[in-house]
Amino acid sequence: MNLTYTKQQQAFRLEVRQWLADNLPEQKLASYDTREGFEQHRVWEGKLFDARLSMVMWPEELGGRGCDLIEWLIFEEEYYAADAPMRVNQNGQLLLGSTLIEFGTDEQKKQFLPPMAASQHMWAQAWSEPNAGSDMAAITSKAIREGDHYVINGQKTWSTRASFADWCFGLFRSDPTSSRHHGLSYLMVPLDAEGVTIRPIKALNGKDAFAEIFFDNVKVPVVNRVGDEGVGWRVAMATAGFERGLLLRSPARFQQTARKLVELYKANQQTADNDPSIRNQVSEYWSAAEAYALSAYNTVGRLNQGDKIGAESSINKIFWSELDLKMHETAMRILGSRAELLDNDAQEAYWLDGFLFAQAGPIYAGSNEIQRNIIAERMLGLPRA
Amino acid sequence: MDFTFTEDELAFREAISRFLMTEAAPEALREIWETDTGRSPELRNKIAEQGLTALSIPEEDGGLGLGDVAWSLMTQELGYYGIPDSLADTAYLAAGVLTARPQTDNLERNQQIKQWLTAIGEGSIRVAVGHPVNPLVADAAVADLLILLDGDDVHAVTRKDIDVVLRPSIDSSRRLAKVSWQPSRDSLLASGEVGKAIQQQILNRGALSAAGQLLGLAQRMLDLSIDYVAQRKQFGRVIGSFQAVKHHLADVASKIEMAKPVLYRAAKEFDDESVDSSVYISQAKIFCAEAAHLAAKNGIQVHGAMGYTWEVDLQMFMKRTWVLESTWGDVSFHKARVNEFVFDANNKIGPGQTFGRT
Repeated sequence: MNLTYTKQQQAFRLEVRQWLADNLPEQKLASYDTREGFEQHRVWEGKLFDARLSMVMWPEELGGRGCDLIEWLIFEEEYYAADAPMRVNQNGQLLLGSTLIEFGTDEQKKQFLPPMAASQHMWAQAWSEPNAGSDMAAITSKAIREGDHYVINGQKTWSTRASFADWCFGLFRSDPTSSRHHGLSYLMVPLDAEGVTIRPIKALNGKDAFAEIFFDNVKVPVVNRVGDEGVGWRVAMATAGFERGLLLRSPARFQQTARKLVELYKANQQTADNDPSIRNQVSEYWSAAEAYALSAYNTVGRLNQGDKIGAESSINKIFWSELDLKMHETAMRILGSRAELLDNDAQEAYWLDGFLFAQAGPIYAGSNEIQRNIIAERMLGLPRA
Repeated sequence: MDFTFTEDELAFREAISRFLMTEAAPEALREIWETDTGRSPELRNKIAEQGLTALSIPEEDGGLGLGDVAWSLMTQELGYYGIPDSLADTAYLAAGVLTARPQTDNLERNQQIKQWLTAIGEGSIRVAVGHPVNPLVADAAVADLLILLDGDDVHAVTRKDIDVVLRPSIDSSRRLAKVSWQPSRDSLLASGEVGKAIQQQILNRGALSAAGQLLGLAQRMLDLSIDYVAQRKQFGRVIGSFQAVKHHLADVASKIEMAKPVLYRAAKEFDDESVDSSVYISQAKIFCAEAAHLAAKNGIQVHGAMGYTWEVDLQMFMKRTWVLESTWGDVSFHKARVNEFVFDANNKIGPGQTFGRT
């Protein structure tokens, strides 16, 4: 056990810190749940890519800089500490990107990863269907092979930012006689293809944060399939692991929220202390964010020794989603009657936005009930119902 | 940066675990509970033969010279098997205090301390450690030597120079006592700033030791609960297949997993004498206490009425959990220490500040 950073790691931290200080946008970007904000974020992501700071862990030939996991944690710490814009292409970069690196062909990596890192291609997920949410193996959207193409018919829903994205990736039933998690294929589909219709779904903030995607005889080349035909479930489970695991919700994000919560409390201490329990809550959540960071460093250490992430990704998912919710609930209580301000330029908006977003945490990426079942069955060995 | 254990450290833990599994089985513990002293010389001898009493003793004094990181694994095993012995107090706390005390020109005293350390290493003496955060001293009546505090001073007092009044605990493995004694020049080990620093160190080491034991207890109660719900049937099914039962235990498992690295950081930073190690230790005590508390609460829930009986083993670990939660600083005490740090404007907190300043 050695809890000090190497000289090289320190140097990388300073380089990232300096680059962010020199290049952060002067104006706060608009919400990426609007077309205008989405495009502003695309420009920012392009700038990150040019500095090879978009996907630091990807190999250099794919637009990254070959960082290891510790350096990735360092990058994230600096990125969040600098209050840099939220990453708009996480579904692509972190979920599909990680999946392609593990399961994609060389051609697919070359074709899809660099434009994804540069956010020239923005990606949406196409997992859930109206009758297949937590029970994802119940999906019915079909992709029937015809020569060198698949023909897709069906409907996907809850696709984050699909209203603005360029591509989607998801699971489709390629064997029409199959059931449950058999006979599924994992496909990448351009959202401007003929037969694709997108219907935005307004989220709690009134913005087009989600969308339904309808596929009506959409033709997709077979080379857009990730992994073999019919084994899409296995590939999708790897993607889900990335979603719950370390990459999507790096600890720095929660450490930064916790730090801001401490500041918010200090700035409003007099009113906050009307309820003396608030002080303890703030401190408790700061410790919890630290615990999550420690757990990430610990996991990274074990991954570097060749271990795989298992059911602990479910523990992480429950932990960060519940912590995020609790931190924002406390912030709303500290702000009191100012908390309702829906004014993007106001300081309060940071907390309201976060509060709204945090409501979804225990639902998406596999509901927390499902995660608890996974822990009980796969980690503790309890029998399935 | 490598936040993992070496293979040697893990093998060491494994060896301790195998040893305690045979020597400290629940039936043996119940027998030891029934004795007057609540302590078994046979068990103590076996522990000493394994070299466990000599872990903290410096190598030049015949010990293994292991640090706090190794102890963070060791104390978990002590908790997991609920051993009825003052091993951690003697071999970790007291040995640490005696080693930390600076050498003086009092040659006779230096010689005596060396002898005590050797005796601790051999397993021939027990040492009890008092501190104002604990109103009663554990094992005072069976200890040969007591480390006791008076103002800023630290004293080492032999058993014959103290009066004890035994006070029973809900945890039958505990042997608590109210201690009366008179500080003297002969018993003085350290005073002033040095004394204060050693007292702080005793508190931190005690809290770290309790935290590790609590985490081990949490794991034991989880394991017992898993075994129970996997065989107990209701409505024609094992109750472990019910989602509500699963979620109770999944929550315990999550608490344990999240507490582990908090404990390990505290141990490592304490070993490295990081400036912020007191805060890390308080966090560890809080996280481990909360994990064990939930393991006890959910353990009794999934055991149903059986969990309320003397018969099932759960009670042995549950009661120890309840008492260790408030030993060496209860959760409120440690929250106050964390709060002081978090709300101090001079402390850097947030991303990139996870590890300590040395």
